[in-house]
Parts: sequence; structure tokens; C-alpha cells
Amino acid sequence: MTDWLLDGLLVFALLATAASALLSRDLFRAVVVFIAFGLLMAVAWVRLQAPDIALAEAAIGAGLTGVLLLDAVSHLGNKRQTALRQTRGSHRQGSDQS
Amino acid sequence: MTPSLLYAMAGAVLCGIGLFGLLRLSHLLRKLLAFNIMGSGVFLIMVGLPQHHVGPDPVPQALVLTGIVVAIAATALAVVLIRRYYHQSGMASLEGEADSREGGPL
Amino acid sequence: MIRALRTCFIALACIAFSAVLGASIWVIAGDPGQGNLSQLLSENMSRSGVEHPVTAVLLNFRSYDTLLEIGVLVIAGIAGISMSKTTSLEDPELRTSDPLLYALQRWFIPLMLVLAGYLLWAGADRPGGAFQAGAVLAATGVLMRLGGIPMEFLRPGLLLRLGLALGFSVFLLAAVVSVIGGDAFLAYPPGMAKPLILVIESVLTLSIAMVLLALFVSAPVNDAEDPEEGDPS
Repeated sequence: MTDWLLDGLLVFALLATAASALLSRDLFRAVVVFIAFGLLMAVAWVRLQAPDIALAEAAIGAGLTGVLLLDAVSHLGNKRQTALRQTRGSHRQGSDQS
Repeated sequence: MTPSLLYAMAGAVLCGIGLFGLLRLSHLLRKLLAFNIMGSGVFLIMVGLPQHHVGPDPVPQALVLTGIVVAIAATALAVVLIRRYYHQSGMASLEGEADSREGGPL
Repeated sequence: MIRALRTCFIALACIAFSAVLGASIWVIAGDPGQGNLSQLLSENMSRSGVEHPVTAVLLNFRSYDTLLEIGVLVIAGIAGISMSKTTSLEDPELRTSDPLLYALQRWFIPLMLVLAGYLLWAGADRPGGAFQAGAVLAATGVLMRLGGIPMEFLRPGLLLRLGLALGFSVFLLAAVVSVIGGDAFLAYPPGMAKPLILVIESVLTLSIAMVLLALFVSAPVNDAEDPEEGDPS
């Protein structure tokens, strides 16, 4: 019974994080939620008795993908704001975020 | 109904969510997230479905392990391409798709 | 209006897709099936040279998949490097000047290297293996890069090429040698399975880490070269 509850909660959390990663307004938040999704996937692999995949998913899904996407978001977001500012003609000092 | 089957079903739903994101979202990075979620759904189906009858099955697990590594390589390559595309065109979404507010949904 | 209608339509289509997928999973799950791969696997485990079934599948029974997989990774790495626009693949602008990161680096990098080695070694009889070790090794490289530790081997040159191609070429060599020896493609000679798998796993770890790191490193695009895109200030 407890196992079913755990599995059900985990599946619900997986679906919820997946949906909110796609639907959230802020791109940075979307990526952070996606990293949480990767960690939950690692737990799901443990529940599926696949420790090998869980190890790989924890290292890749949470670590590498997270760094890669966060790096890309900070780059794209930074430049999008600059572009917006340029079109509006207000030349405020852009914060350097490297 | 076993827990494995539950995860396989969750994988099916994840595939649907990912497909929706892939088709509907305009920002390329969001499309990439949707693509990854769809991939995770496929992996869940691939491991969960065979384990429904026989318990832990190393063959699909090994295949999914290679799949995950290929998926991260594809994601990294896509990030390289997206950044290059953004650098060249100044847009974070494909042509023909309206760049909606903040690249957000709907 | 049209936009909302389109969204509705796509949502309906995706829900239908999920439903059909779920229904087919249900039908397949109801059918016991004939193929009994896991039984076949456990019967042949003694011939594989390792004790952990997943490693045995990856590097012995289905090693063809793994060979093609590392091939795909190498191609992705080459594509990523050729798309990169940074002049040196390690440019000081990207360094994170975070004191916490510097402090953590001293502890984490040796620890992660040891962890990668352990994971590689553990693959023989416990969960672990080349893929996990490669991922941890790549993460170590990413950490080093964020801290601005110079990494000579990532410059385009002999070491980078060697690192990218090493896993694939050693794997292919093992496969071709067995063909020349009159055996099947990728059939390890009896008795040699364990050392061969160990060698292949080690070079695979190196190559996987190298490809992932190269893809991460080649992602940034220097803004400084294109004034029309740069910051207005």
C-alpha cells in the first residue's frame, strides 16, 4: 500500500514537473523545474529497479543538462533583454551576467 | 497492474505532454525541453513495459542507458546550434512562428 | 482566436496520441509474450566475462549498439566543435569569479575523479560502468572550466582529436580483429572477454567525457566579434 502511494506520488510529481517546465512563463524557472524533473526521473529509475540508469540520470539529467541549459538561458535571456531595450530605444546599462 | 506498468503509463502521458510542447511552444530552448521530456517518456515505456511480467530486465535497461547518453549528446549539440542560430538571426524561435511574449506558452 | 483554436486542436491531438499509446501499452502488457530475453541472459552470464548483467549486455551481448552509440557521440562532438565560434575553446570571459566555487573546486575535483574511477571499476559486478563514469568525468571537466582552470587538451589539436576518437577506434579495432581472426564481428576470443571489456570500458569513459565536455565547451558564442549584436553600452 505504501509502495503504491509512493509510486503514485512520484508519477504525479513527474507529470506535474514536466507540465510546469513547459508551461511556466519564465524560461529560467522552466529550466530549474526541468532539472527537478531529471532528479525525479532518477528516483523513478530506482523504483523501477534500474540503478544503472538512475546513476546515469542523476549525473547527466541533473548535473550536465542543468549546467548546459542554465548557461544557455543566461546567454539567450541576457541578449533578448538587450534586444528588447534596443528596440524600445532606452539605453540602460545592461548588467553583465557572465 | 504492477508499478512498472504505472510508470509505462506515465511515460505515455509524458510523451503526450512533450509532443504538445514540441508543437506548440515557439522558443527553441523550450522545444528542446519538450523534446527531452518526450525522450524520458519513451525511456520509461521501454523499461516499464518489459518489466511488467518478468521483473528487472537488464536488456532494455542497457538500451535505455545508451539512449540517455545519446540524448544528452543530442541536447548539447542542439544547444550549440540554438546559440549559433540566435547569434546569427537574433531570434530565439523559428521563422514563421510568432515570437510570443517572452517565448512563453499560448 | 485562430491561435486559441490551433492550441485546442494540438492539445486534443496530443491527448489522443497519449490515449492511443496508453491503450497499446495496456494491450501489450496483457499479452504474456514469448521472447524471454532475461532468462536467455541469465543462462549465458557465465560466458560474458563480467558479473553485472547490464554491463554484460552493453559490452558483450549487444556491444554492436554500444559501438554505434559511441560513433554517434563522436559525430555529435565533431559537429559541435565545428560549429563553435570561440577562438580559443577556453576563454577567460566565461570564468565564474565565485569564491565559493573556488573553495569547492579543491575538494570536489579530486573527489569526482576518484568517483569516476570507482564507477568504472564497479561496472564489473555492481551498478556502474563506462557511461556513468564518463558523465562524472565530464562534469568534473565542466566544473574545472567554470573555475577557469586551463585545459590544454581542449584546444583544437592532436590531444582533442585523439581523445574524441580513442574510444570508437579501440572498440572498432577489437571488433575487426575478431573478424580477421575468423570469428564473428565483435565476438571476443574466449578467456579474453574480461580484459578486453575492461580496456574498452576505460577508453569509452575517456571518449564519452571528452565528447560531452567538448560539446559543453563549444556552446558559447563570442559576442565581441559581432558589434551589431553586442551590448549597446
